[in-house]
Order: sequence, then C-alpha cells, then structure tokens
Amino acid sequence: MHLKEFIIGSIKLVFRGSKIYWAWISILIVLIVLGIASYYNQAAEGLITTSMRDQVSWGFYIGNFTFLVGIAAAAIMLVVPAYIYNMKSLKEIVVLGELLAISSILMCLLFILVDMGHPERFWHMIPFIGKLRLGQSILAWDSVALTFYLILNFVIVSHILFRAFKIKDYSKKYVVPLILLSIPAGIAIHTVTAFLYNGIAARPFWNSAILAPKFLASAFCSGPALMIILFQVLRKNTKLQIEDKAIWKLAELMAYTMFFNLFLTGAEIFKEVYSNTEHRVFTDYLYFGIGEHNKIVPFGWMALIFDVIAFFLFLIPRTRKNFITLNIGAVLIYLGVYIEKGIGLIIPGFTPDVLGEIYEYFPSRTEIFVTMGIFSTGFLIYTLMLKVAVPIILGEFNYKKIS
Amino acid sequence: MKARKKIQHPHKSIDRRDFMKWMAVGTSSIASLSVLSSCNSDKINTFFQDHFKELDEEELKEVLERLERQYKEQYNTDIEVSATPPIESVVFGYGLDLSKCIGCRKCVHACVKENNLSRNPEVQYIKVLEMEKDKGVDVLHSNPYYDPEQVPEEGHFYMPVQCQQCRNAPCVKVCPVKATWTEPDGIVVVDYNWCIGCRNCMAACPYGARKFNWADPYLPADEINTDTDYLGNRPKAKGVVEKCTFCIQRVRKGKYPACVEICPTGSRKFGNLLDEQSEIRTIMKNKRVFIFKEELNTQPRFYYFYGT
Repeated sequence: MHLKEFIIGSIKLVFRGSKIYWAWISILIVLIVLGIASYYNQAAEGLITTSMRDQVSWGFYIGNFTFLVGIAAAAIMLVVPAYIYNMKSLKEIVVLGELLAISSILMCLLFILVDMGHPERFWHMIPFIGKLRLGQSILAWDSVALTFYLILNFVIVSHILFRAFKIKDYSKKYVVPLILLSIPAGIAIHTVTAFLYNGIAARPFWNSAILAPKFLASAFCSGPALMIILFQVLRKNTKLQIEDKAIWKLAELMAYTMFFNLFLTGAEIFKEVYSNTEHRVFTDYLYFGIGEHNKIVPFGWMALIFDVIAFFLFLIPRTRKNFITLNIGAVLIYLGVYIEKGIGLIIPGFTPDVLGEIYEYFPSRTEIFVTMGIFSTGFLIYTLMLKVAVPIILGEFNYKKIS
Repeated sequence: MKARKKIQHPHKSIDRRDFMKWMAVGTSSIASLSVLSSCNSDKINTFFQDHFKELDEEELKEVLERLERQYKEQYNTDIEVSATPPIESVVFGYGLDLSKCIGCRKCVHACVKENNLSRNPEVQYIKVLEMEKDKGVDVLHSNPYYDPEQVPEEGHFYMPVQCQQCRNAPCVKVCPVKATWTEPDGIVVVDYNWCIGCRNCMAACPYGARKFNWADPYLPADEINTDTDYLGNRPKAKGVVEKCTFCIQRVRKGKYPACVEICPTGSRKFGNLLDEQSEIRTIMKNKRVFIFKEELNTQPRFYYFYGT
C-alpha cells in the first residue's frame, strides 16, 4: 500500500496552483461560508425562511436536486462509448465524467438534507436501523439508487486511479463488469427520480408517462454540456490531451438528444392545449401565467428558447465546430435544462394547488444562498478531485514521483 | 396491537431495539464525557426514540412521560399525553351535508383550538371553499379566502375540505420512513416524532389535507387543550407534517370530533361505518353521497351529500 505517499502527494497537489486556481477556490469558499450562514439561519427559524408554503411544498431545493441527478446520470454517456468501443480519446475522459457524477450525487444528497424539516432524523432512512420503506415509497427507492450509484462510481474511479498511482493497469476483470453495471444504474437513478413526480396522481402536471424519457433526454444534454466546457479548461491548463474530434462527437450526440427532448416537450404541450381540459392550467401558468400571477413565465420561455437555439447551434456542423458558438450552445443548454428541470417542473406542478389556490412561489434569499453554497461545495469537491486525478491520469503523480 | 407486532417479528424487533439502546448508551456516554451540559438526557432520548409502532408498553410509557415533562418545561402547563388504542370493530366515517353548510368556519376555529394548532404561523386542518352556484363543485374557481359581512353569500355555496381518511391513501404510500399509516379504525395518523419533514406526503395528497410546521408553532399557554393524544392533538414542533385525525383523542373515547360538535347547522355527521344503525350509514342508505376526486381512487371515508 502506498496510502501515505498518496495522501501526502495529494495534499501537496491541492495546495499548489496558479493565481486563477486560488481565486477560484477563494470564491467557492466565500460562497460556501455564505451558504452555511444562511442554512444556520434556516435551521434555527425553520423552513419559513424559504418561500415554500403548504400550497407549494417543494421548491428550489428539490428542483436543483432533480437537475443534479440528471448531471450524475449523464456520466454514463461518456462511459458507454469509451469502454465498449475502446475509444482512446475518451478513456481518460471517463474518469472525469465519473468524478463529476460523484460530486453531483453529493450535491443531491445535500439538497435533500437542507430540504428536510428534521435533517437530524436522517437515520430513520437507513435500512435496518431506521424504517426505510422499500416497496411503495419512490423516495425510499430513490435514496437507495442514489447511494448505490455513488458507491459504484466511487469504487470504479478509485480503482482506476489508485492502480495508475501504482503504475499498474486497472483490472479489466473487475472494472468492465462494474462499468457495464453503471450504465443501467445511471438510467435507473434518473428514472426513479422521474417516478417520484410521475407517480403522484394528485398533480396532473407531473402525472404523465412522458416524464421519465424526458428526464433522460434532457440529462443527456446538460451533463455533456458541462463536460464540453470542462474539457476545454483542462486541455488549456494541463497536459491532458483531448482531441477536438472527441468534443465535436459529444456535441453531435447532444444535438440528437436535444431534438428528442424538444420533441417530447412539444408532444406534451400539444396534448395539454388540444385536449384543453382543466389540467391545461399548469402549462398555462408556466408559459402565460394565470391572471396577474406570472412570476415564472419568463423562465418558461427562456428554457424553451435556449433549448431551441442550442439545438440548431449543435446541429449545424459549422457552428458545432466553431468553439465560440459551441460554447454558447453549451451554456444555453445547461441553463435551459436547469430551468426546465427546476423551476419549470416543480413550481407549475404545485400551481394552482390541489384545491385550486394560486400561491406564487419564487425562491427566497435563503434558498438562493443555500443553493449557491451547495453548488460551490460540489464544485470545490470536483476541483480538488481533479487536481489529484488529472496528474495521475497523465502519469505525473504516482508513488515514485510528485511533479 | 403493539404486542402483536412484536410477536410477528420478534428477532428483528429485538435486534433493532438492542441496537438503538447501544447507540443511545454510546452517545450519552460521549455526551457526558464531553460535558455537553445543554444536551440533557431527554433530548438524547428524543433523538433516539423508536418508531411508535415499535415501542413496547414500558417504552411507550416512558415516551409519554418524557413528552409531558418537555411540554411542562415549554408551556409551563400540565399537559396529559395518552395513547388511547382503537376501539374494536369500529371504523370511523364522516358525512358532510353540502346543502346545509353556510360557510361560517366555526368548525375551522373549533378544530384549531381542540387540536392545539399553531396560531402563528396559522395551521388549519379544515379549508372551506366558497363556490359559485352557477358552476357547481368546481375547485379551480373556488375561493378559500371569502370574507363577507355575512354568510352565506348570495349565489354561493360552501364546501369544507379536510383529511378524507382515504382507504387507499397516497400520503401513506409515499412516506419513505413509515411515519404515517392507517390505524385499524381507519384514521390516518402521523408519528410526529418520526416524521423527517420531507413533505412527499404533501405533494401526494389530492386534498391539501397535510400541513407543515414551517416555523416553531406559536400556541398561547392559556389556550392549550391539555387533554392530548400522542397520535392526535399534542403540541407539535417545527419541521413536521400534521393532519386531521378526526380528533382521535375524542373519538376513541366515544366523543364526536370538535368540528361535528360545533357545527351550528348540523351539516357534519359522524359514526361507525361498521354499524348499520349509525348515522353515517343511515345517510349513505337514504341520501345520495359522493366522494371528492373519485377518479384518483383514493376511496375516502369522508362522504359529501346533499341532505335536502
């Protein structure tokens, strides 16, 4: 075992960096501190510090959770081609994707924790110790699926990295079956998360079979969007080589998944508008508002417009291969899906509520600060993990040398 | 009921309990070592309290006594907390006469008082919807905030909504920790000391019957109803979901729910669904009843009807 060398080397790596690196770390730490302070206040006063109320009983936190499950699930999009087709350019990238999945799941768990009225009763959900209800509760299944996915990714990544640290090849015998398992696991976490909403008959906006496929389609846009940006940052700042071709291939795949996502959105809107039942009211609230209640209307349109623009930018080869338009597209997709899965999904589901009342929800300052804190925590964890993982992949950091 | 539960899963239940005790001992010794003077043993025991259904007789007694101690400290009032078991061969059912209700909301306030609900922020189990006669029962166009000089208002009728005590309760189904369940007498209850506050049940309930304590409930000490039940009207803490229990603390002792008792128009009916002679069964036989949102297959034990 070379655990001692690994720990000492990792600490050295993490504390060494350019000015930009330290600026980035400082910003994240400031935001984390602000988030903790806001959460402290929320814990003391109760969830009344959020904008959620009985009418809209889930909000920004659960929306962010849903979005991040998608990001975590999308890690498999990078895994599949790399391992099955043994694409050289993608193999190293997979480690980055799986690390992203790990940080996203950690953020998901934090979002669930801050949304709970009694986070200290968290142990009630642990099987055998608490009373986890596996069987009918989708939330219980979701917690199991997410934990399993977290452990799975952690095992794969740490095996590959630690082997590389010892200058050995990873064991195909163990890794390949685990990676194959992570494919259905990734699909499972996002499907189960969709079922969390999908299964609720009291909320017609969610009670649609299209929800799970739509979740997967949009996740397979937003996850790779983040990776496209990341790849460019990494190849500029490290010796990691990522070919243009790999990035363009990813962008092309995103064009197809975005098309599917838009198609499903269109199918849903058609059903609501044409059949014109009482259930149309939720879609109306998202895109047109009801009377003077129209706080989230701009977001509804923003998501739709961003998605459409990005689709064309990624579809047309010339704009896909131009890094300016490519990056614009990636940012638009990320934001579009972020709105679509957060505010655009959760809030119309609750507005109007089950007895027809309209309570206009918009995240409070506490919710925004806590959310920024959690995102910063995730980014910090990811940054630190990359800081160690990238040199290992490049062979710059192993038990013999720390360069 | 608890004894039966234990016989069904003797090993699991004992293992769990031993584990809990071991954890409790471990933590309390750590706590005492680190001189955490603010953490008294009641707080530690609250944290490690087992699920209501897993408590044996002695543990339940300890829990109830602890709650009484804690309430005494908090409100400086002697509050009695009991855990009355369900009555054999009784399943409660409720009837509401839409042709009689005048929307006076006396039920709403009697309920708040009886059930020790928070006055600020306001928690109310009953919501009365004002509907337009021209539209019929139309929830989307109803108004819960009507406030005229006098009720009933011309051209309107009223539909009070509270927990429908579903046979097929979506709230029970979604709970990830079994903190809510249906009792043998048909009442859907919550273990307020087990609820983690995830609010999945609130998303799932089609009747808006579940209420969350968004802040510390404010309850004036001189307005407390001191006769309380563990599963019913004992004062709640922030961060848990609560709901109508047909006044479990009253009905299990043979009394009517507070809302039935107060109603000045006699719109509210209550009784044993298993007893053919009961008022609720008589209504179901002689009037035409309907259930709310029948398409969701929740199968409520709460029946609306038009008495005249």
